[in-house]
Amino acid sequence: MKKTDFVENTGVEVLAEDGCKKRPPKDNPWKNSRLIIGTIILGILIIIAFVGQLFWDKTLVNVGSSPLNLPPVGNEYRDQIGNWAHPLGTDNSGRDILALVLVGLPHSLGIGFVSATIGLTIGIIFGFSAGYLGGRVDDVIRLLSDTTMNIPALLILIIIQSLIPNAGFFAMALLLAVFAWQSPTRVLRAQVLSMKHADYVKLAQLSGSPDQEIMFKEMMPNLMPFLISQLTAGTSYSVLILVGVEVLGLGSQKIPSLGITLNNAINASAILRGMWWWWGIPTIILIVVFMCLLLITVGLDEVSNPRLRDH
Amino acid sequence: MNGLTWKYALHRIGIYLLTILISITLIFVISRAVPGDPIENMWRQLEMQKGQIEGVDLIIDHYKELFGLNEPIGIQYLKYLWNTVRFEFGVSFVHYPTSVSSMIGHALPWTLGLGLITTLIIFIFGNGIGAVFGWERTPKFIKTIIPSSLIFTSIPSVLAALFLLSIFSKNLGWFPLAGAYNSNVTQGWNWPYIASVIKYGFLPVLSILLVNIGWTILGMRAMVVTIGGADYVRLAQAKGLKPFYILKKYTVRNALLPQLTSLALSLGGLISGQVLVESIFSYPGMGMLIFRAIREQDFNVIQATSYMFILITATSVLLIDLLYPLIDPRITHGED
Repeated sequence: MKKTDFVENTGVEVLAEDGCKKRPPKDNPWKNSRLIIGTIILGILIIIAFVGQLFWDKTLVNVGSSPLNLPPVGNEYRDQIGNWAHPLGTDNSGRDILALVLVGLPHSLGIGFVSATIGLTIGIIFGFSAGYLGGRVDDVIRLLSDTTMNIPALLILIIIQSLIPNAGFFAMALLLAVFAWQSPTRVLRAQVLSMKHADYVKLAQLSGSPDQEIMFKEMMPNLMPFLISQLTAGTSYSVLILVGVEVLGLGSQKIPSLGITLNNAINASAILRGMWWWWGIPTIILIVVFMCLLLITVGLDEVSNPRLRDH
Repeated sequence: MNGLTWKYALHRIGIYLLTILISITLIFVISRAVPGDPIENMWRQLEMQKGQIEGVDLIIDHYKELFGLNEPIGIQYLKYLWNTVRFEFGVSFVHYPTSVSSMIGHALPWTLGLGLITTLIIFIFGNGIGAVFGWERTPKFIKTIIPSSLIFTSIPSVLAALFLLSIFSKNLGWFPLAGAYNSNVTQGWNWPYIASVIKYGFLPVLSILLVNIGWTILGMRAMVVTIGGADYVRLAQAKGLKPFYILKKYTVRNALLPQLTSLALSLGGLISGQVLVESIFSYPGMGMLIFRAIREQDFNVIQATSYMFILITATSVLLIDLLYPLIDPRITHGED
């Protein structure tokens, strides 16, 4: 793990600002409850999904692979009693909800993560260039982000997806990334602007280091926790749009995902028919995922910004 | 025109027009980049799914002529631009020969009404509650509720909508399951109709409100706490002004401006959320229009409605941006 590196890097900065000599062990910013709880719950969910895929029959996501309209274990629905063969029940065309969740969760999270990574990479390049180099570069990058920032991603994606119905994993991630770079670019630009006049940057400039080296070797390590929090926030944003597109009935129908399951449930009036497990289980899992991502983001913000910490 | 300088206004309007231009261009490029002819593809696909369509070649020809698909790409683009700017979106593929503009015309008031009311409630109540929570005189037990409410702000409004619909409409039966008004009541300015509109709109508004108001509350709380320590607030306290008067006139007034900026930034998300919430509640707005059009593969409607949503978002942001300097007392002398 590189965690110790981050602590050292950020720690040095914080100590210098606070002017105290040594941090008491309980003050370790990485040990804040939000970050830990968020990481653990999200980690457990991801592990369950991957381990579950090894033990649970993945072909049960196919239509007609299971009995129809079966409730979860211990529940009764229209003369059918839930059993352990399908612990979370099935939908109206015989898909096993557990299999859908196990396959769908890593898929949705994966697309979100990849698109956030691409977005953040662009954001780092643009944000650093705009903030550090300034001038024309800054003007162009700001104009580009200002003009595209207010275009709701969901609506452009609706158009794209309705023309290219079966975009694969990476195509989807790339499409989402088109709307994921503006926020990191803006935020990083502001951060770089405030760090530009720090002594260590001036020292590096005086010693003749090239611009790229100053930007990415001197300044970027100090922004590490900040960058990771941008990554989790970006993941959350991309998953949100992805789920939105899927709930509306778009997105690849080849790979089952939580959003598509919700769309099927809505189209089949699962709520009115009282099939709560069909829409409720994917919804709860998504809510937990979004909460975890927020907790991690807020926790990481506390690491990178000492003023946010509780006293 | 107090703080609204021409330079600022022109800059903002320039950004606005560019945003619209980029969106239109993007939509144009996307629809042309797809292999084959989108209109022909759409009709052939429809024909495959739903059987023989009478006079399909005629319809395709009509469309090709309407959109000038046989002309050079540059001319096509300019024509597309001109049509879009005039809100001339052609006719619906599925509900032929209804024009897309008239479909949007029916849906637009519902969407605007729902969005406007939700945004107003979020802004007024969110900032009111946030100010109370940030105020130093508020009892401690009230203040401690706030950090825990943060967690709900991460829930997408569409997921909240599913829960609200299930609990309050399906299980408790307190609210209707779908629609925007009671169809048994005569439409117009009479109380039963207005009451039914409120009743039908309650849950859609609530699902957007519940999950989005948290950010406003948190932002206001942070602003009030920060401003509470400012010198001019201390001076006001030293002058012996009443605490609530200070909160109202000194703290909240200054805190509202950054809050307005964050409202402008969050509008895109709010509107996207509304698209989804409308489709969950079958609310007859433009979100529902998109949802139905996607199911029916009515590309013309999808394209036009998405564009309208982008236009609404950009226009609202522009209005907020232009409003900002008008109410900011600190840049009243910014004219140069």
